[in-house]
Amino acid sequence: MTEPITEAVLERHGLTREEYQRILDIMGRTPTITELGIFSVMWSEHCSYKSSRVHLKTLPTTGPRVLQGPGENAGAVDIGDGLAAVFKIESHNHPSFIEPYQGAATGVGGIIRDIFTMGARPIALLDSLRFGSLDDPLVRRTMAGVVAGIAGYGNSIGIPTVGGEIAFDESYTGNPLVNVFCLGISRADEIIKGTASGVGNPVYYVGAKTGRDGIHGATMASAEFDEKSAEKRPAVQVGDPFMEKLLLEACLEVMKTGALVGIQDMGAAGLTCSTCEMGARGNAGVEIDVALVPQRETGMTPYEIMLSESQERMLLVVKKGREAEVERIFEKWDLHAVRIGEVTADNRLRVKDRGVVVADIPNRALTDEAPVYRRPTAEPAYLAQARVLDLEELGSPAAARDVFQRVLASPTVASKRWVYRQYDHMVRTNTLVLPGMGAGVVRVKGTTRALAMSTDGNGRFVYLDPYRGAQLAVAEAARNVACAGAQPIGATDCLNFANPQRPEIMWQFAEAVRGMGDACRALGIPITGGNVSLYNETDGKGVLPTPVLGVVGLLENAERVVRRTFRAAGDVVILLGENRGELGGSEYLKVMHGLIRGKAPALDLTREAALQELLVSGAAEGLIRSAHDCAEGGLAVTLAECCFDTSLGVDANVPGVAAAAGWRDVATLFGESASRVVISVSPEHADRVLAMAAAKAVPAARIGTVGGDRIRVSVDGERVLDEPLAASEHIWSTAIEAYFERRRAVA
Amino acid sequence: MKFAVIVFPGSNCDHDAYHAVKHVLGEDAELIWHKDRSLRGADAVILPGGFAHGDYLRTGAIARFSPIMQEVKAFAAAGGPVLGICNGFQILLEAGLLPGAMLRNRGLHFRCEHVHVRVEHTDTPFTAAAAPRQILRIPIAHGEGNYYAEPEVIERLERNRQVIFRYVTASGEETEAANPNGSIHNIAGITNETRNVVGLMPHPERACEPAVGSADGLVVFQSVVKALTLAPAAVSAAASVLEK
Amino acid sequence: MRARVFVTLKPSVFDPQGTTVAEALHTLGYGAVKDVRQGKYFELDIDAGTTDEARRLAAEAADKLLANPVIESYRIEVTA
Repeated sequence: MTEPITEAVLERHGLTREEYQRILDIMGRTPTITELGIFSVMWSEHCSYKSSRVHLKTLPTTGPRVLQGPGENAGAVDIGDGLAAVFKIESHNHPSFIEPYQGAATGVGGIIRDIFTMGARPIALLDSLRFGSLDDPLVRRTMAGVVAGIAGYGNSIGIPTVGGEIAFDESYTGNPLVNVFCLGISRADEIIKGTASGVGNPVYYVGAKTGRDGIHGATMASAEFDEKSAEKRPAVQVGDPFMEKLLLEACLEVMKTGALVGIQDMGAAGLTCSTCEMGARGNAGVEIDVALVPQRETGMTPYEIMLSESQERMLLVVKKGREAEVERIFEKWDLHAVRIGEVTADNRLRVKDRGVVVADIPNRALTDEAPVYRRPTAEPAYLAQARVLDLEELGSPAAARDVFQRVLASPTVASKRWVYRQYDHMVRTNTLVLPGMGAGVVRVKGTTRALAMSTDGNGRFVYLDPYRGAQLAVAEAARNVACAGAQPIGATDCLNFANPQRPEIMWQFAEAVRGMGDACRALGIPITGGNVSLYNETDGKGVLPTPVLGVVGLLENAERVVRRTFRAAGDVVILLGENRGELGGSEYLKVMHGLIRGKAPALDLTREAALQELLVSGAAEGLIRSAHDCAEGGLAVTLAECCFDTSLGVDANVPGVAAAAGWRDVATLFGESASRVVISVSPEHADRVLAMAAAKAVPAARIGTVGGDRIRVSVDGERVLDEPLAASEHIWSTAIEAYFERRRAVA
Repeated sequence: MKFAVIVFPGSNCDHDAYHAVKHVLGEDAELIWHKDRSLRGADAVILPGGFAHGDYLRTGAIARFSPIMQEVKAFAAAGGPVLGICNGFQILLEAGLLPGAMLRNRGLHFRCEHVHVRVEHTDTPFTAAAAPRQILRIPIAHGEGNYYAEPEVIERLERNRQVIFRYVTASGEETEAANPNGSIHNIAGITNETRNVVGLMPHPERACEPAVGSADGLVVFQSVVKALTLAPAAVSAAASVLEK
Repeated sequence: MRARVFVTLKPSVFDPQGTTVAEALHTLGYGAVKDVRQGKYFELDIDAGTTDEARRLAAEAADKLLANPVIESYRIEVTA
């Protein structure tokens, strides 16, 4: 039956008139409603990347270690010993606003499936989150739900969440960002692709039964929120981590048999996406009958079955003749693998309902030949003014001590212990560096190696300068990994932006991608895959443009891992990099003046590369006792964080930076210049480390000594901060907890 | 000697327990699927942590009906050493092999962090190698670790020296601050009347190597070796009861 | 036959979830709600000839599985 395709129907499906005309041209007839639904999800922003592809094409995606670049469910890099690290980052932003717990939980479930579908056992998770102000009860409820959802799913399935980052800004109030990163290990020669091939090979479905959840989830992720968003509640899927644990174990067991041609998880756009993508990759057709699909609700139409985003389902192409073997393994895990179709020769997606064809579309039309837009860009009007920062206009700054306490208590800077204590970060006994101690580091059992990983992004810097801000994100993530002593070897990106149909937003996006690409090239870090999340705005107000980078590093000798905290009284504290007192886009400016203004900090990628090399080689030789990069909050916060969790204080003296009158102390201590790291070394190694730095042209200077029970910082010899360590740590470690534990009065 | 590590659908610390006893302790170990009907000559049984059956209904409520649990019960009845870690402890409680029940953590949140527990008594197979009142720094990771039993049962447990591990501060004080989940009397682990079945909420298998933050947990597994070396007769009796 | 099984924590058992819900209600202005106890509710669709038989079956199910007798008690309602 053909439902008449009106303007209203097209709008509901997120398709423009031009796109519909293309469909007519491709099909040579009016599409059935099922076909229209299939096109609408595959051509949605979320699945097709239609606004972003032209820009993403410019990213560096190759390198000697790259085993799999973008285009599959996840990327992979060679880590030696015949092993590969398989990893990716994904967003689940819109669902996390609608239903925080399930939105975040299913985000975790989705990225985990993307990893094990490649044949890798997931061993670590990171999450990068953004929320509005914690003074807002709605934001508290959102954050509590998101954290509980990540914890609920990750803990249950038994994959440790070893790190991540959380930042706060009003622009994220109605548009929280939930980016989840997952990394797994597989044998380098056993990576499995999402390909359908071999005419006559059976196509199998395994996992949860299909219901009506999440229909049009992909199109929801491709549109802004407005007052009607509350009605979209049914579009959020409910996750079942237990089912996914069974799937994970069963699939890994099946993969070992060699009976699989290809496998893909059913994520956004469910059955539709997995079938046509697998077909397109294998240059083959896929034919299925929806009547064979296990259903948990009655009366589901083919449209609903194809578009359902029920979680925890996998699509497999099995080698003909080996079906019984595969079915038996799934039965052991109390799962039913059901044959629902087969591979054909014609590179088309053909959907039947009890033998009657209800959809018949060329795979390529849904994938490679989806619309590609080069949307107009225009430098935003706000930019010129926003970049102007005249410190003298702000009057004289508050005393360094007041600033120190306020910044330590600011949620973006404060300890995230309230959050990560809810995550099981130790399961699988691989975690070498606990959350909050720098990059997450997990050992690779059976080898001497470890993998370090970090997710970083700074929306303020990108807002003030998209090109440079994105570069700073790349540099920061790679630097965090290098601080642990690991060599950055691959990256994945999650690009969170507002409405791309606004030229200013598209300009931010294009510039950010350009900056990200240039920085990755300069640092020799290939991007192996990633995710784009657009339309993060509500009633026309968008989020800060927030590209997040997940960088993976390789530590050849796990015993040489370096953490952020001081180790022994008497150790020498050295500042690597140049302190330039740049306050543009800083936490200081936000916390004390409520402003996001100025120029994003300068970045010299050659210097950054040299700094990272120094950190890696210094760690490898066992010369660096601790390393912590300077980020939000500046040098004073960095020094304090090196002391927290140790009962060791610090006494430091740093040269003052040139600044407007009265601003020397604040600029020196709270400026956020790039490419700086605070390290500690034992006294007998100090000269050697300084010489190594000089040889690499990395600015380096002794600035103090570890010891005592206070945080003492002087500028040009003048003592500016003299804070008790315990009290400062208390402010920092309880700030976020205080928002939530107040009589547990969270609705 | 050989350890059996039982694997339920949803167990996720089975590999960690296996790694601890096989690769760190250096003893033989085997993973046994919950539908199996034999412990294959194991000298000690471990029920590992995780979310068996998704923790649906109640933690451990469905796992206790798994076929392998018949063997575990018989093994325990014959005096064989059985260790339940976290979810494993919950399963032992539901199966009636240990008294009491688990409630949701008092603070309602899942908690993952290092805690200190004191070894209260060293006459169990899992504490035989520890020093009396030794304090161990090992991690917890649970949302339902709030141990509860009726007052008469608690009183009897204390009187019979059946409380084996108790949450304390680093210096050994039994305070509320040291108790991560609200469990009565800071109880972290208990044993049965015949002192061969032990359940504890903390994860000793996660504290067997300094690289991961603490090696204090190794003593729990070393204890089994010590106990069995000293009293092998009891164990082979248990094992032979089950030989088919 | 339909059996409804209401499983609740025994009065002596501290119920932090119920307490949290009560506090949240107070914050929303429902001070008249003095206390909240949180429990579980099961609907069993039973093949039985009489309501007594259904009740007996439901009680067995509750004793064996649905309720943990250490911390929970239950009551049953049966409708044809």
